[in-house]
Amino acid sequence: MKKVIITLTLSIVVVILLWAQPKKPLATQQKKSTTTQTKKSTAVQAKAPAGAQASIERGRQTYSQVCAACHQKDGGGVPRLNPPLIKTEYVLGDKTRLIGIILKGLNQPIEIDDEEYTNPMPPQSHLTDQQIADVLTFVRNNFGNKASAVTTAEVKAVRAKT
Amino acid sequence: MTKIFKKLFAVALVTAPFFSEAADSLIKEATFIRPDAANAGLKLPAGFGALMYAENLGQARHIVVNKNGDVYIKLARLKNGKGIIKLRDKNADGRSDDTSGFADYGGTGIAIKNNYLYASSNTDVYRYKLNANNEVENEAKPEHIIGGLISRGQHNTKSITLDNSGNIYVNIGAFSNSCQEQDRQNGSKGKDPCPILDSAGGVWQFKADKLDQTYKDGVRYATGTRNVVGLDWNTEINELFVMQQGRDQLFQMWPQFYNQKQGAELPAEEMFLVKKGMNFGWPYCFYDHFQNKKILAPEYGGDGKKIGRCAEMQNPVVAFPGHMAPNGLLFYTGNMYPEKYKNGAFIAFHGSWNRSPEPQEGFYVAFVPMKEGKPAGKWEIFANGFSGVEKVENSRDVKYRPCGLAQGPDGSLYVTDDNKGNIWRIIYNSKK
Repeated sequence: MKKVIITLTLSIVVVILLWAQPKKPLATQQKKSTTTQTKKSTAVQAKAPAGAQASIERGRQTYSQVCAACHQKDGGGVPRLNPPLIKTEYVLGDKTRLIGIILKGLNQPIEIDDEEYTNPMPPQSHLTDQQIADVLTFVRNNFGNKASAVTTAEVKAVRAKT
Repeated sequence: MTKIFKKLFAVALVTAPFFSEAADSLIKEATFIRPDAANAGLKLPAGFGALMYAENLGQARHIVVNKNGDVYIKLARLKNGKGIIKLRDKNADGRSDDTSGFADYGGTGIAIKNNYLYASSNTDVYRYKLNANNEVENEAKPEHIIGGLISRGQHNTKSITLDNSGNIYVNIGAFSNSCQEQDRQNGSKGKDPCPILDSAGGVWQFKADKLDQTYKDGVRYATGTRNVVGLDWNTEINELFVMQQGRDQLFQMWPQFYNQKQGAELPAEEMFLVKKGMNFGWPYCFYDHFQNKKILAPEYGGDGKKIGRCAEMQNPVVAFPGHMAPNGLLFYTGNMYPEKYKNGAFIAFHGSWNRSPEPQEGFYVAFVPMKEGKPAGKWEIFANGFSGVEKVENSRDVKYRPCGLAQGPDGSLYVTDDNKGNIWRIIYNSKK
């Protein structure tokens, strides 16, 4: 009996001592969540050129119906599966390539910021030139992006070559 | 005064043996592992606790714990040039304090069997001899067991598990969503027969000790599995179990048959008991967990009700809500957890991305109580809180994604996250 009591007392002391140690993981977690917040708040929505505003609004509709399922509402994509549309060269760069991706789809894994995305994108050539111009203008001026509008003439020219 | 000392001396003499025993138990108690504050962010059933075993390792996929407690983790992509991370807890506080790495390939699969560490890239399987000191004998030169496996973007990770008869099982996922003529295209019909099934969309069996095997040396052990990232050998009934990731986008591609909510909820994610020669139905069929049957996919003439050829396909042992992406499966054989958990299945759900406009689901470890390979009760959420948010609307908002599971020699459960590379260790506090 005595043995048990001594063991118990000693164990309790040890447990109390262990509990009293500083709790490091909590501090680390707090620090992380602050970094995430800062990142998000810098992604302020860019203002679009005034002329493109109507196109952007139509594009917003098309985006939510056709694109959001994979690229997500926030344009952030899905890690390793569906590419993000936020501040990438694919979205902000060469418009001909961007229009081409909508018309022909993308069937190869691609790399963005040292990350590989493996899901294919089917062609969206059933969309009209106007719908494609609108949705691309929307994407290029939303999610923190700011780039020139895409016109129906530009879509038409690319479609003629595909 | 001397009287008192004499008395004390006598007491000390009498109690000395007890003190030495107490000292032994003191050492035991000191090595008793303590959970982190707030269980390192996890919500767990009463009596369980969690601690952060390691952090920020990279894309930590599957995990295995050796009999001496060493932990090996397969990274999807190399970090600092290493594809396998080895962790060791030197000071016995339950957390890793010694990290090293090897292997120049990324991948998902990792396992230990008969003193060999097996690991896979997205095309090959290797193994490393573990010596008497439980160390990898030659980190730079593994034996090449299997090669030339198909890897075409989608579902290209090669998970592995081994049986007790010298065989290794490899998931070769289908490089397609539903074998349409144009993958993921609205209204595109399915190829019939689906040519992908010749070399993927199934589980292949190879010899665990034969070098340089390829398709011709293996057996297509089961077919009609779209992608089974989580698989484990059940030692209680000596059979293979796998977790099917069901097809995506019924609503986006077939709005004439499925509304947005149905597309978010269907099809089920399925647990299969796999016997040689079985067919689980992909891409022709999927499991509807509201109708409780396999039904014909719209790519093959289905309308949400028709069954057709699906009557011959194997049904799941357990069905889960759609799109939650099971990535890890483990049958618990340890002694640390209460009796209820023995031989039951833990499943790591990586979490969904295509349940919009419903909130995304998954991002937890589930448990199915099982006896002799059959469910002995309803599945339940075991460890939750990985996502770090109440409601997941966008995939990017998720903090951690459960992926791999392993059991330690003491019976603790290890869970990997492939977003940041954190490793949780979940213990049961029976000694309280």
